[in-house]
Amino acid sequence: MSTHEIGNANANENENENQSGPAAEADGTQSARAGEETGRAGLLRLLVADRMAVAACAVLLLVGLCAVLGPPLLGDLAREQHLRAVKLRPFSTDEGWEFVLGSDSLGRSVLARLVVAAGTTLSVAVPAVLLSLVVGSVWGMWAGFHRGWRESVSMRIADVILSFPSLLLAVVVLYVFDPSVANLVAVLATARIPVYLRTARAESAELRGRLFADAARTFGTGNWAIVRRHVAPIVLPTLLTVAAVDFCFVMLTESSLSFLGIGIQPPDVSWGLMVAQGRAELQNAWWTAVFPGLAIILTTVAMTVLAGWARMAGDPAQRWRLTVPRKTRKGERP
Amino acid sequence: MLTFLRRRILSSAVPLLVVVLGVFFLARLTGDPANLYLPLSATQEMREAFSAQHGFDDPLLVQFGDYLAQLARLDFGESLRTAQPAAEAVLRAFPATLQLAGITLLLAAAGAVVVGSLAAYRPNSPADRIAGFLSSTAASTPDFWFAIMGVLIFAVTLDWLPTSGTVGAAAWVLPVATLLIRPFGVLVQVVRGAMVTALSEPYIKVARSKGAGERRVIFKHALRNAGAPTLTVAGDLAVGLINGAVVVETIFGWPGIGKLMIDSILQRDFAVLQAAVLLTALTIFALNLLIDICYVLIDPRVRQGALA
Amino acid sequence: MTGHGTSGTETGTGTSTGSGTALEVSGLTVELRTPRGRTPVVRDVGFSVRSGQTLALLGESGCGKSMTAQAVAGLLDPVAEVVGGQVRLGGRDVLRLGRRERRSLAGPQLAMVFQDALTALNPVYTVGSQLAEPFRIHEQASRRVARNKAVELMERVGIPEPGLRAKAYPHQFSGGMRQRLLIAMAVALRPSVLLADEPTTALDVTVQAQIMELLAQLRRETRMALVLITHDLAVVGEQADQVAVMYSGTVVESGPVAEVFAAPRHPYTRGLLDSVPAGHPRGSTLPSIEGSPPRPGSVPTGCAFRARCPLARDRCATDLPPLVATGPGRASACHYWKELADV
Repeated sequence: MSTHEIGNANANENENENQSGPAAEADGTQSARAGEETGRAGLLRLLVADRMAVAACAVLLLVGLCAVLGPPLLGDLAREQHLRAVKLRPFSTDEGWEFVLGSDSLGRSVLARLVVAAGTTLSVAVPAVLLSLVVGSVWGMWAGFHRGWRESVSMRIADVILSFPSLLLAVVVLYVFDPSVANLVAVLATARIPVYLRTARAESAELRGRLFADAARTFGTGNWAIVRRHVAPIVLPTLLTVAAVDFCFVMLTESSLSFLGIGIQPPDVSWGLMVAQGRAELQNAWWTAVFPGLAIILTTVAMTVLAGWARMAGDPAQRWRLTVPRKTRKGERP
Repeated sequence: MLTFLRRRILSSAVPLLVVVLGVFFLARLTGDPANLYLPLSATQEMREAFSAQHGFDDPLLVQFGDYLAQLARLDFGESLRTAQPAAEAVLRAFPATLQLAGITLLLAAAGAVVVGSLAAYRPNSPADRIAGFLSSTAASTPDFWFAIMGVLIFAVTLDWLPTSGTVGAAAWVLPVATLLIRPFGVLVQVVRGAMVTALSEPYIKVARSKGAGERRVIFKHALRNAGAPTLTVAGDLAVGLINGAVVVETIFGWPGIGKLMIDSILQRDFAVLQAAVLLTALTIFALNLLIDICYVLIDPRVRQGALA
Repeated sequence: MTGHGTSGTETGTGTSTGSGTALEVSGLTVELRTPRGRTPVVRDVGFSVRSGQTLALLGESGCGKSMTAQAVAGLLDPVAEVVGGQVRLGGRDVLRLGRRERRSLAGPQLAMVFQDALTALNPVYTVGSQLAEPFRIHEQASRRVARNKAVELMERVGIPEPGLRAKAYPHQFSGGMRQRLLIAMAVALRPSVLLADEPTTALDVTVQAQIMELLAQLRRETRMALVLITHDLAVVGEQADQVAVMYSGTVVESGPVAEVFAAPRHPYTRGLLDSVPAGHPRGSTLPSIEGSPPRPGSVPTGCAFRARCPLARDRCATDLPPLVATGPGRASACHYWKELADV
């Protein structure tokens, strides 16, 4: 009961934050405050208040920077073999800064390889997630909006794909076709389309029955226009959160495939492949397998944290939770 | 209840058939087994004889027809590698995976209920934050890396546990832990989310207004309501467990169905692969049915819908 | 009213004080933790109710009346916190009690009926087992005994075929029946105080009357004190003996219903009464209170009602009017209540 009230109170705040300008001005005492915090600024403030979310953002930014700038800047360094600097221990810069995370059995800098591998890993994960997101969402909204046989057929297809272990599917497909980046993306995207299909279908099927959809229909609005203007904006935040969580899944699957030897192929390098290569040198050069694994964990955890935060911040009924535990806020009085 | 089950079985039969179909044709695209099983010097006649012997020279559709006819007779074909019946090889590997997966699922579920409930009891408390961080880390850990780290620390460095084998409790520790880590992380988050929702429902306040103690509130009133959303992910988790089994069995040399499937693909051993996939699909199918039954038992609203 | 009940409520911990006051709340203040810091949502609320009587807590939605009830019952969400005041139940301040002691009062001393009976009943258990729970918890009754008592309860609140229906689940009942079940659960242990939070809002008008009648009948039978939380002036007029009008988290006027309704001493109460259609000629514009209540967290200094008040003057902007006695059993929180009384 009172959760409802709180939720409503926050929803109202949300509305007020979003209606910048005349409506807020009319509110007299409220205008200064509401103008100060338009929707985006309010969210940013919430983000800054959450240290975990800030850290997650920083990690993802760093990974993104590595992925974009790494290959052109450090590509050569990652391939360069220093036969006199083989299996250097990490956390020492005696042999130069590039060996701060040690070197592998061919004398290649682990740090440089990590940075370059970020690019490969993201070049698989990002397109795969985007592809499955777009295809799955459009398909799902279409299926959910039309109901009937289109919906049942779509759902059956989703069931088939989901009931088959994705790793096995990938293994079979990547044996048939070459394990190139494009094929990896295609396999991973196909395996994850059902996730968005299901979510988008469920939400749009539910929204279809709501009054505003009916209202739009009585004005003669076309189906696609209703989906685009009324359904998509409501479904999209949910789908984006799903995508963030799925990004982790795709990244982990890619690294598993690379580890099993049917993902990224040498001389390219991805984090999963680095672990596989380091496995052989586990006894005398543990760092070659440990650091890429840590990189995977750090990135996926950061993504999960941010997705969780976004879900909470995006849901007015949940947002208050972000503010509750702060001990520092106890003293604050409005 | 029976009509409900019949409807579920019928609606699941189609996906099952499609999986069988897909694996049959995809497997045949992986390349000619003659290249693997015959020496490089083999003549064209030898290749043709090999293909004819195993029926690989027939058109694909004819091969599929033959395969279905065999299936109807419960004949799963013969392994190219060992010339043994494929069913035998699959059934020999199956218990190892089933035991591994069973223990893992049991531990993951029990642990997740405890940790998830504790975390949900006070949302955003330090305990919740720690549990949230640990579970999201667990869910984000690549299982192959975790396995290697386990081997490095407990087998290589400390020499407490063996690196492979299935004999003795010690041999189970690393495989189970590896297979456990991601489902556990995911389940903790799901249980927590479902419990947070359940605990914020009005009936929890009503229970408290009756003077119910916290244990009664959590374990009687909230947990059963949190069961349904938790069950929904159990099916997906079981599929994920097969993924994990492939990795774990490869790393630890576990003689299970995941390793068998990977080996069969590598060896173009179609009959074994098909039989293994079919059995896996059937198991997942049976598990989903079990989940549906649990659903009905847990939630009377579903029960009424199912009976109607 | 002679508050000394003769029913079973008197056993054990003495329920009523000398005056027959079953529940006395004073200075109750509840704060909500929000993204912008702490916001008081219930401010210095006080009221009391005697055994066998009905007190209506009247106010529009968001005025803090539900929050007040939950604070009294100890059922606030973790975001809300009682920061001051007293809640005296049977002579003891329950806010000072430990968790365990407080739990032992929940049911036999203080019970609550919730608004939405569908979500207030646990969907996965039979109604019989939920009705039996109070007996299982407080009387350590065996399953069978508790079950029989649950069936008796169902009969008492007018559920047909109780023996059979006890095995049914909440979703198999109609809205009115569910509300009866909820009431049955609350009165199971014959509490001395029953808080009813908008018990009829979710129901059809005809069913509303039946539920109100049931509550009144149970109150008469067990001589419990009823706190009725509502926004419905008609319900207050028909059911309540006393009324406390809440506005923006605080009580602005209280007194016997008949007196308050006949001659309100706070401009807000006056405005509420004026906006009731009865007594206005057909076709004339119905008066309403201009504006809307301040949002919690931005309550202005001075009187919270001043922006909408026809009597507001400079003093209202600076001085918060306290709730002062305006006559026997009556109180108002307006600097200029006398002007209303004189009219």
